[in-house]
Amino acid sequence: MTTLRPQPQFPEPDTEAFWEATKQHKLTYQTCDSCDSVIFYPRRHCPTCGSADTSIKESKGEGVIYTFSVIMQSRHPAFKDLGAFAVAYVDLDEGFRMMTNIVGVQDPVNDVRCGMRVAVDWQDQGDGHVSLPMFRLL
Amino acid sequence: MAQKRDAAIVGIYEYPLRVVGPGVSSLQIKAESAAKALEDAGLDWKDVDGIFDTAEGGGGGLGIAEYLGLNPTYIDTTALGGSSFEFQANHAAQAIAAGKCNVALLSYGSTSHSDMNAIGTAGPGAGRPNIFTNMENPWGLTLISGYAMVKERHKFQYGTTDEQFAAISIATRRHAMRNPEAVQAMHDLEFVDIREITTEDVLDSRVIAYPLHLLECCMISDGGGAVVIASADVARNAKKKPVWIIGTGEATKYRDNTADITVSAGAQSGPIAFGDAGVAPSEIDVLMAYDSFSITVMTLIEDLGFCAKGEGGAFVEDGRLNFDSLLKPTLNTDGGGLSSNHPGMRGIFLLLEATRQLRGESTSQVVDAQLACAVGNGGQLGARHSTAVTVLAAD
Repeated sequence: MTTLRPQPQFPEPDTEAFWEATKQHKLTYQTCDSCDSVIFYPRRHCPTCGSADTSIKESKGEGVIYTFSVIMQSRHPAFKDLGAFAVAYVDLDEGFRMMTNIVGVQDPVNDVRCGMRVAVDWQDQGDGHVSLPMFRLL
Repeated sequence: MAQKRDAAIVGIYEYPLRVVGPGVSSLQIKAESAAKALEDAGLDWKDVDGIFDTAEGGGGGLGIAEYLGLNPTYIDTTALGGSSFEFQANHAAQAIAAGKCNVALLSYGSTSHSDMNAIGTAGPGAGRPNIFTNMENPWGLTLISGYAMVKERHKFQYGTTDEQFAAISIATRRHAMRNPEAVQAMHDLEFVDIREITTEDVLDSRVIAYPLHLLECCMISDGGGAVVIASADVARNAKKKPVWIIGTGEATKYRDNTADITVSAGAQSGPIAFGDAGVAPSEIDVLMAYDSFSITVMTLIEDLGFCAKGEGGAFVEDGRLNFDSLLKPTLNTDGGGLSSNHPGMRGIFLLLEATRQLRGESTSQVVDAQLACAVGNGGQLGARHSTAVTVLAAD
């Protein structure tokens, strides 16, 4: 049996709302009410201007692979059964960049490239757990 | 503008073993290195009035003074990853220039190899949750794959080739083969094929995290060392020719939504340091650039202004980085973290070899070396990291 991936843990006030929204398959991000900057990772202030007035928005879940790597064989108990798997930074169309995995590819070294368009592919982690926003090639 | 001559490296020591086994502690490595570095300087134990320590090995910043039996009136425990020692050397120079310290001791000791620390490949650990762990742990990122993501983007954005990255590993290994301690290190760490390497060797070596090959990744050794930095008054009476700290710069950087992952904090700290020193990158004879991975060196060479951003591939080709090349700068003449010494943090060794070069004592001596630059990079390139630059001049 594969060990459950490391899960986000709470209480932890900055990311709790983000992860709660994933249970409804919503990928959310923040914007600043004062300067319109996009804020990610979520937090209580705007890192561009320092304002405490922010809003939460829902992403369409589509974007572009900014970069990636393929871990050929992880030794970590939760990842060792995956064989070769891709970690990536995806630039969502709304203007935020997130770390994730690229899924649904047979041969990540040859199938994944910078610049490919991707869409969110939710990986539920089980009852009461969050869902992980991974990405598949479009 | 007159070059600063307020503080100089007067004593150095590199702990010779890369595999120490269970009977030696990191604190012991530090104490032995400190004693030998003070001997190298011709100074006494009780001359030390400033301690700089990253607090690994137990006891924290409070413990190091106790363990060594010293009574510092200046103490700094800056810990920003492998670059900590460049930050600390910079801070020591500034404290000395301000008259707050006369003899500063920096020391490092680590048993990462014997402890079997899987620094590069372990993946997410446990610990109290925070914003960073909660957003990063689920994806299975390893340290090496984080660096690999920078290399992949560098290749995509600039067309840099694997062959060009390999040139960094090749030059470093050539220097290592001339350093008896590095050769011993590779034997003790059971490297295969302990010899100069070729492009084919690098590209044929196992891919750890695509697109980084084994021969582009640093070793995990045991080891350590110490540096003694002193005021001009003390330096002029030291046993050996002082090596002057003439310019310093520091910066940090982190992942951001629109950041260029191929640009490090060195793009900020490098110009500050060179401006402080009043020298241009093109004048540097010896570049000791933190070589956790080939991509780290490629990034730092560009960001410090040795060449334009994105042109590092062409810059490192054709043997420029060799100690006997007619072109500047020479790279990592001790053999680097790739082939000589990397117990988890490497910054102190950059200062040691830069000092050897400017004293004329290196195993791959650059003829008439006058200026050196130690660039420490700590943390995760492409994500949260720190880059400190120390510019050094021969007496």
